[in-house]
Amino acid sequence: MGSQIHGTQDFDKTKRAEIKFSDEAIQIVQKIISRYPEGKQKSALLPVLHVAQAEFGGWLSPETMDYVASVLKIKPIEVFEVASFYTMFNLKPVGKCVLEVCQTSSCWLNGAEDIVNYIEKKLDIRVGETSKDGMFTLKVAECLGSCGSAPMLQCGASYHENLTYEKVDAILENYKTEGKLRSYTDLDYKNTL
Amino acid sequence: MGRKLLIHNDKVPNIHTLDVYRAHGGYASVEKALKTMTPDQVTDEVKKSGLRGRGGAGFPTGMKWSFLAKPEGVPRYLVCNADESEPGTFKDRYLMEKIPHALIEGMITSSYALGAKTSYIYIRGEYFYVARILEAAIAEAYAAGWLGQNILGAGFSHDCYVQVGGGAYICGEETALLESLEGKRGNPRIKPPFPAVAGLWGCPTVVNNVETIAAVCPIVNMGGEEYAKIGVGKSTGTKLISASGHINKPGVYEIELGITVEDFIYNDEYCGGIRNGKKLKAVVAGGSSVPILPTDLILKTAKGEPRLMTYESLSDGGFQTGTMLGSGGFIVMDEDTSIVKNLFTFSRFYHHESCGQCSPCREGTGWIEKILKKFLNGTANESDVDLLWDIQSKIEGKTICPLGEAAAWPVAAAIRHFKDEFIEIARKKKFVDISHYNRLNKLVS
Repeated sequence: MGSQIHGTQDFDKTKRAEIKFSDEAIQIVQKIISRYPEGKQKSALLPVLHVAQAEFGGWLSPETMDYVASVLKIKPIEVFEVASFYTMFNLKPVGKCVLEVCQTSSCWLNGAEDIVNYIEKKLDIRVGETSKDGMFTLKVAECLGSCGSAPMLQCGASYHENLTYEKVDAILENYKTEGKLRSYTDLDYKNTL
Repeated sequence: MGRKLLIHNDKVPNIHTLDVYRAHGGYASVEKALKTMTPDQVTDEVKKSGLRGRGGAGFPTGMKWSFLAKPEGVPRYLVCNADESEPGTFKDRYLMEKIPHALIEGMITSSYALGAKTSYIYIRGEYFYVARILEAAIAEAYAAGWLGQNILGAGFSHDCYVQVGGGAYICGEETALLESLEGKRGNPRIKPPFPAVAGLWGCPTVVNNVETIAAVCPIVNMGGEEYAKIGVGKSTGTKLISASGHINKPGVYEIELGITVEDFIYNDEYCGGIRNGKKLKAVVAGGSSVPILPTDLILKTAKGEPRLMTYESLSDGGFQTGTMLGSGGFIVMDEDTSIVKNLFTFSRFYHHESCGQCSPCREGTGWIEKILKKFLNGTANESDVDLLWDIQSKIEGKTICPLGEAAAWPVAAAIRHFKDEFIEIARKKKFVDISHYNRLNKLVS
């Protein structure tokens, strides 16, 4: 959960004016809203927050959340209370690639802790931190439904399963070479190693 | 070889596409239901089949459907619970990823029975790529006329949409799921009213698990009575089991309910035995919430009968000596596993996932995690075992939703069957994770 309290810091009305969905994103958002009966557009909030997070740098700033509220015609607090409840929404800036290592039972039985330690050493960061080059943020996650192919990590839309140290090396190298922001809404989820 | 009804075609190339799925008999249940049956007849077949909810609770599906209120002029909804988050469970992901049309076909047939013009598949956010696969399949189904207006000219119209979540275990609880689908925090609602009366946007709603909805297709195709012939007693049909942990062949297996647990663990057709020639220590048979059982009690009941993979046999002996089939998340642990450490991963999970509405759960899960941490860093006392027992007993039954029970049961079972391990750590003031070295071998290979 983010420690930042909405509306009390970093809130800048001039920044707010700069935040606007791309034309492509607007179309996606309109399509999402059309799935629900008239007047129930609040239901679109979670999927739209995912779009917003991917559009605006991988995290949800207070300005971004206010913008989403205006798009869905709901109160800003309704957005914040949702964004702060669900673990997939980042309320603080993160690296371009957020590595989420599953740590629950089956993954632990198969060495998730060793994977976390290995990444910590390799990137010289601790869980929750971002590497100096701004490329990677390391997180631990609770059961991601990949128990039969443990240990695993998720980065954006991609599941990387049956991890070994060599595989982790290759994954990190690959992301670093690509150098782009990875989000849950990515279409190239099939690049799983 | 047992009979398979859900994932029998999972290895067929391109089975995720409509053409291939159709060529292998796909959408037959929609044709049969819409052209030759009334909605009530479909529900009757589901009742006759004895199908029970595959998400974990095992409530009879036909009965759940029959509770749906049908006031005039009020829309009804079918919502598919694809929030699969119970640790150890990954069967729904497998089904949706490999054969997305199996779920969509089930959504249409079930919606016809329920009179739902709109349905939603609520899928956990982490499965975003699976949502993409479903959306592509839905687009194919629309283009071919399986979804949309006047399907097959039978006068039934239906729209089906996918909604992604945001990462919250609690949204697998049906009323929390509905809250989330309405764009809110996933706080479970107080029941009654049940969703069958006031669900999505206050309208009558049925919430069913992915596997449950997919099972409606073979039931309609073969008839409920024929389906009920598979299995044992009140455990009818087939069930997807997610097998993980220290086994030779982790993965998703479709079993006929009624095979023995021993067969499932050791037969090469399923788990293929324990990895590295180790001995079995314990099994969590139905997802993290259900009681863990030691080898002797998971293979045989307290009465000495072979334990079967059925709702009844697994729960034989109650929680004293039995467990539950649950979601079918089957986690196997070898002789080197620390039950205390495994329990810690579960308890950390429940603490993380508690929505915070009810104090016993919000506070209790945190205390449990803290005390278990003491065992891991060697500062626990013997009295902490009693304290753990006391806390778990004060969560169970005192919360709005079953997350309270889910957090309490694993703690109670671990202490009930493996108390010696807790005591030993507390006496030695030292925790040694002996499974560590085996894991390292696997990671560098």
